[in-house]
Amino acid sequence: MSNFFKETDVDTSQAEAIVTETLKNCDDGELYLENHKSESIVLDDNKIKSSTYNSDQGYGFRAVTGEVVAYSHSNDISKESLRKSSDNLKDTLKSKKGTYNHEIPKTNSKYYENINPIESKTFDSKIDLLNSVNNYLRSKGSIVNQVTANFLGEHKSIEIIRSDNQVLKDDRPLVRFNVSVVLEKDGKKETGVYGVGGRQSYDDYLKDGSWKDVCDEAFRIANVNLESKPAPAGEMKVVLGPGWPAILIHEAIGHGLEGDFNRKKTSAFHNLMGQQVASEGVTIVDDGTLHQRRGSLTIDDEGTPTENTVLIENGILKNYMQDRLNARLMGTKSTGSGRRESYKHVVLPRMRNTMMLSGKYSQDEMISSVDKGIFAVSFGGGQVDITSGKFVFNCTEAYEINNGKIGSPIKGATLIGDGPSILKEVSLVGNDMKLDPGIGTCGKAGQGVPVGVAQPSILINKMTVGGTKL
Amino acid sequence: MIKDQEFLKDIASFCIENSKKLGATDVGVKVIHSVSENVSFRNKKLDESNRADSFAVNLTTYIEKKKSSINSSDLSKSNLEKLIERCIDATKITPSDENNSLPDKDLMSKEIRDFNLYDETHYPNNKKIEFLKKVEETASTDEKIVNTEAGFTENKNNFILANSNGFLGGYKTSNFSSSCVAVSRINGAMERDYEFGSTRFLQDMMKPEEIGKIAADKAIKKLGPKKIKSEKIGVIFDKRISKGILSTLASAINASAIARGTSFLKDQINSEVFPNSINIIDDPKIEKGLGSQNFDSEGVETNSLKLVENGILKNYLIDTYYGKKLNLKSNGRSGGTTNLYFENGTLSFKDLLNSEKKFLYITETIGHGGNIITGDYSVGASGFMVEDGELTYPVSEITIAGNFKEMFKNITLANDLEMKYSTNAPTLLINQMTVAGK
Repeated sequence: MSNFFKETDVDTSQAEAIVTETLKNCDDGELYLENHKSESIVLDDNKIKSSTYNSDQGYGFRAVTGEVVAYSHSNDISKESLRKSSDNLKDTLKSKKGTYNHEIPKTNSKYYENINPIESKTFDSKIDLLNSVNNYLRSKGSIVNQVTANFLGEHKSIEIIRSDNQVLKDDRPLVRFNVSVVLEKDGKKETGVYGVGGRQSYDDYLKDGSWKDVCDEAFRIANVNLESKPAPAGEMKVVLGPGWPAILIHEAIGHGLEGDFNRKKTSAFHNLMGQQVASEGVTIVDDGTLHQRRGSLTIDDEGTPTENTVLIENGILKNYMQDRLNARLMGTKSTGSGRRESYKHVVLPRMRNTMMLSGKYSQDEMISSVDKGIFAVSFGGGQVDITSGKFVFNCTEAYEINNGKIGSPIKGATLIGDGPSILKEVSLVGNDMKLDPGIGTCGKAGQGVPVGVAQPSILINKMTVGGTKL
Repeated sequence: MIKDQEFLKDIASFCIENSKKLGATDVGVKVIHSVSENVSFRNKKLDESNRADSFAVNLTTYIEKKKSSINSSDLSKSNLEKLIERCIDATKITPSDENNSLPDKDLMSKEIRDFNLYDETHYPNNKKIEFLKKVEETASTDEKIVNTEAGFTENKNNFILANSNGFLGGYKTSNFSSSCVAVSRINGAMERDYEFGSTRFLQDMMKPEEIGKIAADKAIKKLGPKKIKSEKIGVIFDKRISKGILSTLASAINASAIARGTSFLKDQINSEVFPNSINIIDDPKIEKGLGSQNFDSEGVETNSLKLVENGILKNYLIDTYYGKKLNLKSNGRSGGTTNLYFENGTLSFKDLLNSEKKFLYITETIGHGGNIITGDYSVGASGFMVEDGELTYPVSEITIAGNFKEMFKNITLANDLEMKYSTNAPTLLINQMTVAGK
């Protein structure tokens, strides 16, 4: 737990007094303090390419009245700096009058331990493991052209001071271990990438030689792609595998259900509350309470405890994801979805772990029902245009389906669809829901935050596959 | 107020001295201060104001051929002392790499030229508000526009880069940027488009009315799009996205991708990669240029480079580390390109549109579907159909796909280059790409 006021000329009670005074005519706001330590150790091209340690500390002071947000942030935690920020906020909101809502739910639940993963594994043992990864993969033969592996670890302590001396704290560990391999055969090169992570120590993910599984999976994907043929172009049936392909859910409907876009009526979903937006049998939740998952949070970045928010239940749109500001303006309550990348960023409603729940069909039933289509197993990333609802995601491992049977692997292709209608095209929902391996980062308005996704296998009746083969 | 050079120099020297005291044989350090003020509007009302005051120190210490780095935002000497110690400890136990070193002394930048990158004008928030009101008033004149957002950001930056070989340099830069996003609606379906301006000097900023009008016009034009049939067709890239082709080239000729063997352009130096009419230049010395610089992120002097001359790939983008791997000298591209552009083509925009009966004209792509290793490319797209030289109807929910190697060889440039960003390209045509639609 960080003491933010140690070695400064302010103490907690003085900071609290500045906060209370600044926010007295505002609807909401807080002083958010953050201490962030992170490390990155990268092995590439047979060498330890870099080892970097980052130490960042600062505050973000926010005042909100009506729809207006005034924000000021600095690295300098001092009386003068806080005063200057306070003046800045008051100046922006001088013509407005609000009523501070003191109510904030409290929680005793915790979804991760307060450990510092950077310190809980020695630097030497990290270097050793990266070298072992390199040796292990290169021992698979001369087709291994390039190996990259890295550790990314962080520990973030936050403290939120609200008006009238309410203080909320959280300590968040986060790690990620990634392996990327490039294979070369007959002049053709392909990549395979795999990683694991979450809010635990590195060793929880790497014990009993399980780092070898990460290497094997990256190798397997690259190997499959070496045999890939040009992907087809045009509309066809698509079977998505379980787990990580749920970034379809994240892009296609997740972003469109974030509170800000719906309050502003710029989301393609803004007038669809209570309506059928997906096939019956499709239930989607956004859950911040899963233990040690990458997208989980004990409290969000406004201090609200997270929850399991039902977004779509049996095809019907039930809830948006809300931070305090958008919830207040839409006459509802925060779902604990207020997040920010760091003290340098304003709070926005964001996803946590977005999941489609299991149905009753097997993957085999889906594949055998398809005459001509593709089976997509792994993805690179995606993007969405909130307003038109069009979204894309990129396959990194996919196969043709011909007459109900899985055929040759196909080259990476982009799939494009329309968010509000795609879930109505989901005709079968699998019984094999799986969480992703803990590697996702979501970008919105220039802010990246860690997220998770999950889904069972699904069959989509019609989607456009962006290959080169007509 | 932005901190002056003396303040930043003092911290840089402190870092170098302390690192050497603890056993570093070489040291590189960068100290940065930036102040940024942003105001944003939505539907003609104030939405957000944001002030940022940020420091950063980036320090790399070497012990012979071992290397490690730290970054921090806390400039207090007690914090820096602790972090330097940590950095040295990590350096000692990081394996050596024979290519780790500071840049060659004779490549370092010797003098700092003033490229007119700093405008000290402060544009107070009430002026920004007036500006944004005009942007949004113009943007929302048409009733089909149902939502507008506009923002203005002013940024002042100062830095010092120094190393233990005696290099020390830095200068102030400024940036003013303004944007408008407009949402249009017809029959319940919405489209969104934008306009954006970014300049070193306030006086060069686009007029607010211009920003608002362009955003609104573009959003309205996109209404009622159709999905087209899958086919092979010539694809024209609007200027807003044609520069993406150059960004792909920059990634593919970066010395790291070449040395690691992970570029589709590996072994293509001195070969024909583009048609022989094409020249591509990276020039760091453009007055007021958004990508202009005196030296790269290691302090190596940057000079203008012809990356592609008459279609032939002439240069990689080289830093010290990967230069050593490739047995080449750094050409001052640690940190990438500067002001990168295609030299103008010969056809007018109109003649390009008329050069075939039918084209697909793309104004926006979504997704990250470019693979630098294989050159394969597949992204989501939207734009317009062009028939007999005219934009006939908007198109969306399609993809365009190809391979960069072939795409590069089939480029035709228009002559409408504008220096609006740090990477700039004229409108360009790529003959025959696969479009996937219905």
